[in-house]
Amino acid sequence: MFVYGLINSAVLALMALGFNLTFGISGVANFAYGAIYVVGGFITWVFINHLNLPYAVSAILTIVIIGIFGALVYRFIIKRIRGLVISEVIATFGISIILLELLRFIGLIGFKYSLPVFIDGSVEILGVYVDIQRLFIIGLVILVIISLYVFTHHTKTGLAFRGIAQEEHTSLSLGINPDRIASLSMGMGSALGAFAAIVILPLGTITVDSGYDVLINALSVCIVGGLGSTFGVIIASFIIGYAQTITAMYLAPHWTMIVSLFAILVILVIKPSGLLGHQKELEERV
Amino acid sequence: MKNRENYRKERIDRCIKARSDDIYALSSYKEMWYLIFPRVVPIIGIAILAYFLPLYWKKVVITTCIVAMLAVSWDFLSSCGLLSLGQALFFGIGSYTAGCLNHYFHVPIYLTIPIATICGGFISTILLLPVIRLRGIYFAMVTLILPLMLARGIEATHIFGGNEGITGLSPFPNVWVELTFIIAGMWAALFALRRFISSDYGLIFVSIRDNDRATMASGINIYSFKAQALFIGSSICAFCGAFMTHSYMFTGIPVFTMEFSILPIAASAIGGIGTLAGPLLGAFILVPLSEILREFGTLRVVFYGLVLVVCVVALPEGIFHYLSRKYNEMERWVRLE
Repeated sequence: MFVYGLINSAVLALMALGFNLTFGISGVANFAYGAIYVVGGFITWVFINHLNLPYAVSAILTIVIIGIFGALVYRFIIKRIRGLVISEVIATFGISIILLELLRFIGLIGFKYSLPVFIDGSVEILGVYVDIQRLFIIGLVILVIISLYVFTHHTKTGLAFRGIAQEEHTSLSLGINPDRIASLSMGMGSALGAFAAIVILPLGTITVDSGYDVLINALSVCIVGGLGSTFGVIIASFIIGYAQTITAMYLAPHWTMIVSLFAILVILVIKPSGLLGHQKELEERV
Repeated sequence: MKNRENYRKERIDRCIKARSDDIYALSSYKEMWYLIFPRVVPIIGIAILAYFLPLYWKKVVITTCIVAMLAVSWDFLSSCGLLSLGQALFFGIGSYTAGCLNHYFHVPIYLTIPIATICGGFISTILLLPVIRLRGIYFAMVTLILPLMLARGIEATHIFGGNEGITGLSPFPNVWVELTFIIAGMWAALFALRRFISSDYGLIFVSIRDNDRATMASGINIYSFKAQALFIGSSICAFCGAFMTHSYMFTGIPVFTMEFSILPIAASAIGGIGTLAGPLLGAFILVPLSEILREFGTLRVVFYGLVLVVCVVALPEGIFHYLSRKYNEMERWVRLE
């Protein structure tokens, strides 16, 4: 149970990081995130099975393509309605609907749509057998978090990212172009989504409906952890991941969703900005 | 196209608008018609359309009216500073109240709908009372989560019929009664809320949205006003829920679906937020459109998403704002000095 909780947490963290990156920096809640995740999986699948590219090449190509796609979406759609929160949500949700339902229309449903695992086989840890792929997920999450930290604290672009997130007007006066940085953040967030898809999807098959699940999971982790806080995401994914595993074991699987929803509700009532969110007492309640 | 570098666009009210706004003793039929036209034409138009369409499209009109009412209520809540992402919560509570009353206690239909309207509003307000201090997006997220949780809760505990829901509820006498009832309810909600929000009492609600701390500083208890707004808004949704329950003779988990939360917001965003009439217009565009697109099968949802994105990006202010500007104001290019 310990091991499976850990893996569940890592999966959740990986799903949430991309969403969190975009929201934390540009303030755009990217509701197309789940769709991007699924599309990323399908593009890799097409590259491997129809163009016969090697696995590593197609994975990298997918990440790049999805990244560019995310940046273009920001450039041509979000930029025009920046600041109108409801319009942003509706536009990104509309994009999500278009992508997912188009995939459904093309008819990509079935067991043959699955990505290969990196290395086949399983090892025994603490008395349970675990696929090597799941261990990969844990390792990659740690890698992604470390590289994100280094990126935002020690590179020029990364510092610009944080500048935009903290005080947009001041960073504008320091010569940072908010639109360029925001579109970059959207691109990187989408690329992270595609990355998560490539890593997580080998565990199962690619389905259109998983797009909506991924969105809900990413949202709940981000809310509990505090929107825009990377370490909050890690802690929240542990809380929700273990809570889900424990309820699935001792109660019944269909209670898992209630547990994560209840966690969100409690957090929102007690501390709306999340566990590690920025302190904005007056902005969240009066 | 002439070079417009030294020009700016000027918008001024048409003189007929200025006259009919301020002078209450209207001087001509033309001015009266100017005021009445945008209000009467939709009322008569929808009535004629609804009564002469075939049965299938009558049902579509009923659904449209329900979504329109939800959207109007959403817009009312948002102009009181309560951004709700969960109209489905209020809708579902109203629906279950009516359904349970009818099924377990055999209350007749002409009692269940009023009771569900009041009780639904009451239950929703009490449910949300602990979070009434939350603002903006945080309140929105609570309302988004609650209906999902209630639906899963009913699924897990099997109360109120569980997954299957409650079926075989008493229906309306005939489709004409149904149609008249919902159309009348919709116009009543729209015009009552418009009148209410422009009264002195309603002004307080708008001021809470604009600046809640300043309103508090004026010695107004904003929590009680927020609770009142919540009660009014959720009562309207609960009415829709109760109506739908009897119209379909069924209540169940589907009443909590995201669709009832998203459609009103989409309608408001397309129609124009903050006008109350805009969301109604948006609903009357969106719902029939999705019905027309039905013959495309799965592709329908794709078109639907496309329309949403294009509308939101091309006309961020909303159709109603655009139309009322064209109707009330004239535009001209003025040379800069």
